[in-house]
Amino acid sequence: MALKTEPFVLNIGPVHPSTHGVFRMRATLDGEVIVDLEPVFGYLHRGIEKLAEERTYTGVIPLTDRLDYLASMSNNLAYVLAVEKLAGVNVPERAQYLRVIIAELQRIAGHLIAVGAFLNDCGAFFTPFLYMFREREKIVDLFEMVSGQRLLYNYMRIGGLSQDIPEEFLPALDKFVQQMPGFIDEYDRFFAQNEILLARAKGVGILPQEMAINISASGPVLRASGVNWDIRKADPYSLYDRFDFDIPTGTASDCYDRYRVRIAEMRQSLRIIRQAMEQLPSGPVKSDVPRLLRPPVGEAYAHIEAPKGDLGFYLVSDNSIAPYRCHVRAPSLINLTALREMIIGWKIQDAIIIFGSIDITMGEVDR
Amino acid sequence: MTLALAAKEVAAKLETRFPGSIVESNNNDIVVKSQSLFGLASFLKTAPDLEFNYLAAITAVDYYNYFELVYQLTSLKHNHSLVLKTRCNDRDNAVVPSLVKLWRGADYQEREIYDLLGISFTGHPNLKRIFLWSGFEGHPLRKNYL
Repeated sequence: MALKTEPFVLNIGPVHPSTHGVFRMRATLDGEVIVDLEPVFGYLHRGIEKLAEERTYTGVIPLTDRLDYLASMSNNLAYVLAVEKLAGVNVPERAQYLRVIIAELQRIAGHLIAVGAFLNDCGAFFTPFLYMFREREKIVDLFEMVSGQRLLYNYMRIGGLSQDIPEEFLPALDKFVQQMPGFIDEYDRFFAQNEILLARAKGVGILPQEMAINISASGPVLRASGVNWDIRKADPYSLYDRFDFDIPTGTASDCYDRYRVRIAEMRQSLRIIRQAMEQLPSGPVKSDVPRLLRPPVGEAYAHIEAPKGDLGFYLVSDNSIAPYRCHVRAPSLINLTALREMIIGWKIQDAIIIFGSIDITMGEVDR
Repeated sequence: MTLALAAKEVAAKLETRFPGSIVESNNNDIVVKSQSLFGLASFLKTAPDLEFNYLAAITAVDYYNYFELVYQLTSLKHNHSLVLKTRCNDRDNAVVPSLVKLWRGADYQEREIYDLLGISFTGHPNLKRIFLWSGFEGHPLRKNYL
């Protein structure tokens, strides 16, 4: 006689260490296998787009820090690029170079957390995570030197940067750039052929190339599905067309490839930083921009390759001191579109690492 | 560099194929009638020299007299982009066709617009609030909310 079974609904999150913030997955289970899944958002919705409509253009920069709070510098950059496009502001060359250096450091810091948390989800509890934090700490120290902050930097300004780098910055950066490749080699030695990681992540959570493009995925998620698309190459901003670097892509579209792409991207970021340090000119770091900027009536969309993916800002100006509309194209939210398809058919413990391999920040998902 | 296609030329091409569907076009964008949005969008997605296979972003803006929806289209194959817009005038019953059937990436973004600006999308498979709870009154990104 067959046993009678019925589906069972399990709420994973919103408060759960593996959901990387206040994310909730409403999973329907058949035994241990997930047969349906509904992501539930909104637990961290602060209405940042609405708040931006009440602030001056410069006053929005601290709000952008609070989107993807693990990559505040990238958020700053995307926003100020959009305002500069809207108002036609020129940026001094030194500031452009420093922006590139800082954005790439931020990418390394973001990927370190992504990879560390992913390995944590795989069951390597906190040892790799702490290793990654050891290196991230050095980047945070560098950011503290330039901005005085360790998480929400508020460093970029419309037309440049809030201040020039202090004299101890470049020697410390040089030391970091020399050391970091050794640390990445160390990660490879520990994890790249680690049997548990291979068993857990290879062939798991496949996002086919067609689907990745169709759901507007971006960043490492898109590239791990074999799409060679990086905004830094496809639509260069700042000075990215002056640097020589490769775009790592995956082939298997699985969790393991997303991990590999992030590790490979860290090496490329170091390459860019080295070139930018060699070419760094002297000069001012901020052009003259009125404190109460009134861009002409119009609209602008600017996007960058943030650690999580294609981060865009759409701004509308009505010639007042505050944006009429400020929309954020949030890669974290859009990359989750196919989460249901990626997870269905896998077990609960796989769902955790599939979700972890996408790498999201709830501050950016919910805004 | 992603080439921003000359919107006027694309608009002229669309006008011959879909007469009367273009409201206006300038150097940066094309504004189309919302009734013909879906047909136009599927043409833009499949036409061999356009092939906008990637919907980068959707957003909407409240201009008091009308809502404007902004679609940032990109072609990963040809590396060019186009800004497509449509408008709806009826504040109490704002409806536009959903593009989820063409680009799944529109799914959460249309839900977000529905949630925060109160624009409905016909043909959306799961149109409900995304950030705010289902009993929430009003749509915060509308200009008359607070």
